[in-house]
Amino acid sequence: MPATPLAPDAAALPASDETPGILPDAAAEAIEGHGPHSVLDDDSPRQPGSPGEIFRVFTRLALKGFGGVLPIVQHELVERERWLTREQFLELLAVAQVLPGPNVVNLSLMFGDRAFGWRGGLAALGGMLLAPLGVVLALAVAYAHYAQHPVVAGVLRGMGAVAAGLIMATGIKLLPALRRNVLGPVPAFGFVALMFACIALLRVPLAWMLGGLGAIAFTLAWRRLKP
Amino acid sequence: MTPAVVSSPAGSDWSGVFAQFLLLSLLSIGGAISTVPEMHRYLVDQHHWLSNEQFSAMVAIAQAAPGPNLLFVAVLGWGIGGAFGMLVTMLGILLPSTTLTLAAARWGEARRHTRGVQAFVTGLAPLTVGLVLSSGYLLGKPAYGDPWLLAAMVVTVVVCVRWKISPLWLIAAGGLVGGLLT
Repeated sequence: MPATPLAPDAAALPASDETPGILPDAAAEAIEGHGPHSVLDDDSPRQPGSPGEIFRVFTRLALKGFGGVLPIVQHELVERERWLTREQFLELLAVAQVLPGPNVVNLSLMFGDRAFGWRGGLAALGGMLLAPLGVVLALAVAYAHYAQHPVVAGVLRGMGAVAAGLIMATGIKLLPALRRNVLGPVPAFGFVALMFACIALLRVPLAWMLGGLGAIAFTLAWRRLKP
Repeated sequence: MTPAVVSSPAGSDWSGVFAQFLLLSLLSIGGAISTVPEMHRYLVDQHHWLSNEQFSAMVAIAQAAPGPNLLFVAVLGWGIGGAFGMLVTMLGILLPSTTLTLAAARWGEARRHTRGVQAFVTGLAPLTVGLVLSSGYLLGKPAYGDPWLLAAMVVTVVVCVRWKISPLWLIAAGGLVGGLLT
């Protein structure tokens, strides 16, 4: 499991071990990539100078993040800028994963907020989103313009099939982590199957599923976590 | 600059779109990708504002570009209503979760270890995985009628599960396969 390199940190961060649902892969990659060799743990991190500096750094790292920004965020904030220690980064990530919303966006927001209040949060969020938004929209406009062109349509169909496969693979890689789920492996995999059948095949609205199956799963987990 | 549309939302539909994305923001535990099935149900199956092909292509465009994968929401918004549509979907998906995140960050993370939060996180983990798998299945829909595209999807899954490789290369390879097929 990609989660094993996390072990030393898991002691300091119990929640990280219990949150397999949310891309442990990306997190592990972020840490595996640079973490174990890092000698920065003892350094006290530096502080960003201004919201403007946060905006610039987040713009830079967002534009570098092809196919996943999280490893770049870790590298830039912990190793390059030294604004966070590795432990602080993991702590922020764990909180970001618990909350609704994209993890990397939540993390940026919390980082900026800690440094300069809501202005910092906004600077980090804007840096993370604005420049990539421009790139994506340029592509979308080009797509709208050339969508009728058979080769363009073919290229996009191929890219779409791969994008679907990438997401499928992410889901498959998350499955082994569920063996350690507090619900127990059989109920946990049962929930996965039920969710897939209802959402992907029967097209049941998500809110119903979270209200129904989600409530059952929460209650089961609550009972098993009895202190 | 005409966005690719099957049929566009009418004026009164936009409040519904906004409400839908506000709700999705709160339901997006585990990242934006877990809301793909619900967006697909709403935009493709229920309202026919986008076709299966358009929906998958738009997510693929966002995945091939740099930045957080959340940006597929902007592309979908652009697809159904240009700049205004993008504003509606992006504000909808961002407002609730960012407000909640800021509030929670200040409220302190002390409660992260409480039984309630732990039960929430571990209990919902299997549902999140089910949602991610559903996203993959639904985005693959345009590929199921074509053996070559289906093969590209299956190969991607196998390669991705076995090896660490940048998604960008796979997406480029997929584009090449799709282009050569035409």
